[in-house]
Amino acid sequence: MHRTGELYGQFQTLEQQKDSAALGMWVFLVTEVLFFGGLFLTYTINRHAFSTAFGVSSNTLDLWLGGFNTVVLIMSSMTMAMSVWAAQVGKKKQVTVFLILTLLLGTTFLGVKVIEYTQKFQHHLVPAYHFDITYHSNHPLATDKPEEIANEKEELEKAVDRKNPANDQDLNAHAQLYFSLYFGMTGLHALHMIVGAGLLVWLIKESLRGRFTPQYNTPVEIVGLYWHFVDIVWIYLFPLLYLIDRHR
Amino acid sequence: MSIMSNVFGEHKLPREHYLNATYGIRSWLLTTDHKRIALLYLASVTFFFFVGGLFAAMIRIHLLTPGGYLVSPETYNKLFTMHGVAMIFFFLIPSIPAVLGNFLVPIMIGAKDLAFPKINLLSWYIYLIGGGFVLYSFSTGGLDTGWTFYTPLSSVYSNSAVTPAVIGIFINGFSSILTGLNFVVTIHTMRAPGMTWFRLPLFVWAQYATSLIFILGTPVIAITLLLAGLERMFHLGFFNPALGGDPILFQHLFWFYSHPAVYIMILPAMGVVSEIIPTFSRKPIFGYAFIAGSSIAIAVIGFLVWAHHMFLTGESTYAALAFSLLSYLVAIPSAVKVFNWTSTLYKGSISYDTPMLYALGFIGLFLIGGLTGLFLACLGLDIHIHDTYFVVAHFHYIMVGGAVMGYVGGLHFWWPKITGRLYPEFLARTAAVVLFVGFNLTFFPQFILGYLGMPRRYHTYPEEFQALNVMSTAGASILALGYLLPMVYLIWSMRYGKIAGPNPWPATGLEWKTDSPPLTENFHVTPIVDWEPYDFSRRPDLGLIAGGSLAPAHGDD
Amino acid sequence: MSEHIVSPKVYAVILTTLLVGTAVTVWAAYQNFGSLNIVIALGIATFKATLVVLYFMHVRYSPKRTQLVVVCAVVWLGIMLALTLTDYTTRPPNGRLSTPRAIQTFQA
Repeated sequence: MHRTGELYGQFQTLEQQKDSAALGMWVFLVTEVLFFGGLFLTYTINRHAFSTAFGVSSNTLDLWLGGFNTVVLIMSSMTMAMSVWAAQVGKKKQVTVFLILTLLLGTTFLGVKVIEYTQKFQHHLVPAYHFDITYHSNHPLATDKPEEIANEKEELEKAVDRKNPANDQDLNAHAQLYFSLYFGMTGLHALHMIVGAGLLVWLIKESLRGRFTPQYNTPVEIVGLYWHFVDIVWIYLFPLLYLIDRHR
Repeated sequence: MSIMSNVFGEHKLPREHYLNATYGIRSWLLTTDHKRIALLYLASVTFFFFVGGLFAAMIRIHLLTPGGYLVSPETYNKLFTMHGVAMIFFFLIPSIPAVLGNFLVPIMIGAKDLAFPKINLLSWYIYLIGGGFVLYSFSTGGLDTGWTFYTPLSSVYSNSAVTPAVIGIFINGFSSILTGLNFVVTIHTMRAPGMTWFRLPLFVWAQYATSLIFILGTPVIAITLLLAGLERMFHLGFFNPALGGDPILFQHLFWFYSHPAVYIMILPAMGVVSEIIPTFSRKPIFGYAFIAGSSIAIAVIGFLVWAHHMFLTGESTYAALAFSLLSYLVAIPSAVKVFNWTSTLYKGSISYDTPMLYALGFIGLFLIGGLTGLFLACLGLDIHIHDTYFVVAHFHYIMVGGAVMGYVGGLHFWWPKITGRLYPEFLARTAAVVLFVGFNLTFFPQFILGYLGMPRRYHTYPEEFQALNVMSTAGASILALGYLLPMVYLIWSMRYGKIAGPNPWPATGLEWKTDSPPLTENFHVTPIVDWEPYDFSRRPDLGLIAGGSLAPAHGDD
Repeated sequence: MSEHIVSPKVYAVILTTLLVGTAVTVWAAYQNFGSLNIVIALGIATFKATLVVLYFMHVRYSPKRTQLVVVCAVVWLGIMLALTLTDYTTRPPNGRLSTPRAIQTFQA
């Protein structure tokens, strides 16, 4: 069983080992780009075809929660980068601190996602499961502001209005396409964050043993690469899912 | 370690090598030695070859008569689907990379192992799990959607076991991805001192190009099948027109991977041929840089042509035009290879050893398969021959006449290195000829059938096509014999074959400088490379005398 | 190997820029720029992603090989999107992606 920091048998030098680890993570991230890319392509084609439904659906998302999550993730990227820096300059305690901060921010993100998903279930916005895009406006919660509900109703009516050039007679069906993509893309993203959280837990454990030094901090660096990638996916998901047709 | 004795002299197996270094089933199932993992893959891909071959046999027997009396139409749909899924995802795609690539790439670059040996083992287990799901699907209702899983048949209407199959192929994709990742990193970072990019054997260039496709293409089929599976399980609407979805989108996503996948299947075989031809012509390969570059070119351009599978779907004519043009373009690097191999043969000192027979067969059959691809890339012509047996013949010429012959030829070529023993040469040459004859008898009639209009994936056909179908089935039985023979004598040779010595052919690669079978760490001392590839002239250790007789070692002479 | 250590000050600047970019994206979404809305949104997102790649992921200071890998990923994604769109954007104008209503009436 090899311990972190030692030279593995197949390599000639530690340099080669570090080089391989970094390249390996980068190549893996390439596969992730193409993996998410298929979803982005599906999104593009569907949004192009059903822009009205996508606009209406996007407006049902809570912009405050989405925006908050975006800020949280960006900050977690910062703390992740700082943990790499701390390892590079030999500040071992700070490595652990920044890793824990990253984990906390990541968990906050996931917690908010749980809240959002629960809301979707409550508002009948889960595809193929009693889906009804008009449910929320017809059954407002006590916490909803009346003028927002009125806005929502108006938007829905305008969307199906035959006199409107952008009308969509199959709003419910097409809105389900949006929400299938919403759950698919954010769900896949959340899965990646959970994996990232697991990796952070392992890193925190190792950092508490003082394993990461200026000479050896490869695991922190490559988990960092993974974490930043997951952040980048969200940087695209946020405007594409939350900010369609907000000006209407 | 004198190679002079390899011509007629006696050899002994090295005392310690990777096969006897450790014993017991755990030492195999938990191995991280790339050579042992290669053999684990050899066993598993051979198993799936049998599975796919069984379905092929049933198809050909069913097609002996136009009435289609062997199986019901629904079962027939399952037969060709399962044949395709087993052969493509579980035999062809892993075959050369996971067996020969795993075994040879580290040795050819002078390394002790791949960059990530544990991930290599994980790849194999992922392959088994994926295979398990697919076998479960085959045995609990089968699969009738075609290996192409077109929606909404696969995602909505099919009553067969689509979901486990889709899960299995999804999982198997990660096996490919990890193998490709391992190869790319290894080739970049683990080359021995002096092993520059342009001293790499062309087999390594081919594996590198293949690995690029693994990395860039496989994730897309993964997400596509995931979406189709989710659609089936949760009644979503991505690809279902009744819910506003788009079946053509599925096809775009599917073929974005599946076309480059065919280059995954052929590039490694081309790499094998590039190793065999110079060895048995005793000449350096002609145009090394062009063959290396053409591998990369095929990998890149191969990503730009996928919608030629969709000419008849109602896709935009302008897009079809672009894809047709690009499909013609991708033929050029392949042609470069064929020209260069032929030029290598010219004025070479050629011997017709078994691997050479397979390599020569490859060149001829790949040529036919490749040229008929151009027929299909032509928009007007494709309207007539799309979804006919012309297509079936085209891709079998490339995948069987090309890729499988490359695989079998490569197995023979490196068998002495892998096992330390030689197979019986006369029997092997006979089997190669039997295979070649059987193959052509099976598939050439299918070009004619397709051109005459016999559709593919139909369980019956008009009576006037029966003669050619009978010919094809007869050929298939000869082809089967051609595959069974090597399975028998190769296994036989592992125990009773003549000991090969380090370099029986002789060949110039780095792998031939080490023991047969090699040490677990491949080399006693890390080699320092200061020679060019395929350079027969400055290698006195090969025992080749210019102008003299070049008698290679044979197994049973 | 001399490793270029990026200073926390640089990280702080990048963080600020990213947060400002997020705010601008949200503000721009509430303005009616017509068909430019999506361009602006994706443009800012790409700008933010580039900053993360170059500075947080150290690609600015990485060997050329790493930079090539990043470029390839983006290019291949671009190929997938662009070539697929050549189909969808050049179809005849009367064709619709799907007509579920038509199917339903047909089934009736």
